[in-house]
Amino acid sequence: MAKKQLIQVKVNGRDREAQVEPRLLLVHFIRGFPGLTGTHVGCDTTHCGACTVMLNGKTIKSCTMFAVQADGCELLTVEGLMQNGKLHPLQEGFKEEHGLQCGYCTPGMLISSYALLQKNSNPTEEEIRWGISGNLCRCTGYQNIVKAVQYAVGKMGQGGQDDFPNIA
Amino acid sequence: MIPPAFEYLRPSTIPEALAFLQQYGDDAKILSGGQSLIPMMKFRLARPGYLIDINRISGLSYIKEEGGYLKIGGLTREAELENSLLIYSKYPIIFDTARVIADPQVRNMATLAGNLAHGDPANDHPATMLALGAQVVAVGPQGERVLPIENFFVTLFTTELQNDEIVSEIRIPTPPPRSGGAYLKLERKVGDFATAGVAVQLTVDDGGIFQKVGIGLTNVGATPVKARKAEESLRGKQLDEAAIAQAAQLAADEAQPSSDLRGPAEYKKGLVKELTRRALARAYERAGK
Repeated sequence: MAKKQLIQVKVNGRDREAQVEPRLLLVHFIRGFPGLTGTHVGCDTTHCGACTVMLNGKTIKSCTMFAVQADGCELLTVEGLMQNGKLHPLQEGFKEEHGLQCGYCTPGMLISSYALLQKNSNPTEEEIRWGISGNLCRCTGYQNIVKAVQYAVGKMGQGGQDDFPNIA
Repeated sequence: MIPPAFEYLRPSTIPEALAFLQQYGDDAKILSGGQSLIPMMKFRLARPGYLIDINRISGLSYIKEEGGYLKIGGLTREAELENSLLIYSKYPIIFDTARVIADPQVRNMATLAGNLAHGDPANDHPATMLALGAQVVAVGPQGERVLPIENFFVTLFTTELQNDEIVSEIRIPTPPPRSGGAYLKLERKVGDFATAGVAVQLTVDDGGIFQKVGIGLTNVGATPVKARKAEESLRGKQLDEAAIAQAAQLAADEAQPSSDLRGPAEYKKGLVKELTRRALARAYERAGK
């Protein structure tokens, strides 16, 4: 076994550190902390996007990165979207528009949509579909996911910009 | 899936990375974007004992024009190419290519240099770089080597890059006026490898006569294919239906696809023919602007 290395990662604004084997995948590092199991392992082969998190402001698939690579970085996971007990407009949108059925893809969908809206606060339907093209959903047919994102766009357009957490 | 154990090394300079490569030889692999290497490690198709993570080496990520070349750094990500105004306006063929690689998350990590160094004929940049006549800059213990892309791909997953070398830069000759390019790919779904892909880069003179044509093909052989006969058939000619039809047929003849889940070989040849026709038309249209 390769020797363990100490890494420090800021997850949703909170410092976390652990001794990790180099081969530990980032997704397993994240899920090892109590309360951080929202990030899912889906296909485990870089296809499905259920493990999507933001690393230093950019979406990545955390099943395709080693935890040691994230040393010194900032992560945003789905648990970081809710602020002060209030759902993020995207989370609210997924709830209101039935943007999920089984819910397995939802954490990744939320993070990818979040990243999209940070870059483009008023995306077209095509841009939304492009933004979530790295996330697979086998239940909804994507229609309601698109509606959920559009719901959040509408909500945030009414002066809801402050709902963005100031992390990652 | 947990990859086999390895030792993790994180150099902060190129000389440090080269020293690690010298020390551990064949047992070491460079970790750049990792979007091909890590999945291969999970499947035990690669079992490096040492991973040399070059992601923290500064100064390796850039897109700039200098001395007659477009220079792209060894660590420049696909997402950076996709979002670069210079690439979008002056090198649309690279924009076309970066945009259809995998998906947004993968493009945030994956690099152009890695896409070439991996030596996978299913990757998209090789065809585009063949069309553009790019050069791969490799640094090793003896210094820098500039490798023309035409000779870079040796066989499946094998390139001219030596075990003790790192790709530091990709150079693309700045296209003269009245140049245009396009990359077209058919994929079954977003993120899939190409069923087939065609890259075309051309330069015409004021009369619309072809001066230079580069054509590269994706995923239709053991290595990325440079469609030399198709290129030569167009030189000195005016673009018309007959010239396009002939070049498209020659490109299809030069493709050597195998039948697999993405389709039978004959279908893929037909696809190369049609994509060549369309890519030539689009590249020509862009050259006019």
